[in-house]
Amino acid sequence: MGKKFSGVSQTMSRFRGWIQAGATLLTNLHLPNFLKGGLYQGAGKTVCVPGLNCYSCPAASGACPIGAFQAVVGSSKFSFSYYITGFLILLGVLLGRFICGFLCPFGWFQELLHKIPTKKLSTKRLKPLTYLKYAVLLVMVFLLPAFLVNDVGMGDPFFCKYLCPQGVLEGAIPLSLANSGIRAALGKLFTWKFSILLSVIALSVLFYRPFCKWLCPLGAFYALFNRVSLFQMKVDKNKCVSCGKCARACKMDVDVTKTPNHTECIRCGMCIRACPTNAVCFRYGFGDGKDKAKAAETLQTNNNNKEE
Amino acid sequence: MSCGKKAAAQIVLLMAGAAMLCFGVWRGEAATVLSKAIKLCLECVGIG
Repeated sequence: MGKKFSGVSQTMSRFRGWIQAGATLLTNLHLPNFLKGGLYQGAGKTVCVPGLNCYSCPAASGACPIGAFQAVVGSSKFSFSYYITGFLILLGVLLGRFICGFLCPFGWFQELLHKIPTKKLSTKRLKPLTYLKYAVLLVMVFLLPAFLVNDVGMGDPFFCKYLCPQGVLEGAIPLSLANSGIRAALGKLFTWKFSILLSVIALSVLFYRPFCKWLCPLGAFYALFNRVSLFQMKVDKNKCVSCGKCARACKMDVDVTKTPNHTECIRCGMCIRACPTNAVCFRYGFGDGKDKAKAAETLQTNNNNKEE
Repeated sequence: MSCGKKAAAQIVLLMAGAAMLCFGVWRGEAATVLSKAIKLCLECVGIG
């Protein structure tokens, strides 16, 4: 495994917090709108951002992919969104759940909460809950908005309306602080969603990224592409000493030596930093790099034989 | 999954993703996204 890959991986995982901060800022560029209490209304919102970021956030630079999908399938014109599905497939193959680990503002928010010094609880025994997010994706994002429609063929964005805490955090709270009209309109639905947000906040302090692990439909979609993503984890079996430090360091409950491209791996790089022999690193490219590694090994063997 | 098969799957998925995205834009989905994203989403903020 090249030293170059190992060095880049170490640097990326070490500065991940800064990369997350930068990604959150780029996703929410229009900061003055927080004071104005209005939304950015430019053409940039035709394009989706990669992470979970509500388009009703005053500063949002683009559209939320999950919200946009439901907007299209819930409209009277369409019952499926090729635009958003194609966009998500492209991102899934190009980056996979690297987006969750490095680019998602709500993932970063939960990580910051988890830094609050309290007792931390393991999610290893709650592994079956990780399948819940696929049900959320299928039922609340795909099926209900497309098929539970009113007389004119329009469906509600069920995930955004009943489950997503990001809309309250980024949209309702800042907008209601700046705009008395919006503040006056908040009712029972807001109370329900605010309760979900408070629950996610409390759980995030105790557990690592509970929303990403159990509920996020965007993470579920990207997880489906983790095995075929160009962005992969690579373990050099020749360097690995099977000490198990990587598996113990992983807060997503993945053993990178057994399943380097597990659906739950968000490419956070904690295993890379924990490895004492630099056996784990990121890899980017087509295939899984085995052919190149084999070719390099064969070349090395041939060279050694010639020298002898 | 072998290395060749994986690379082939990646290429096919990239092409399928690009094709779906272009088809979606062509049939006017991007305009629907923009019209929703520039207005306050009442469901998202909890107004209803």
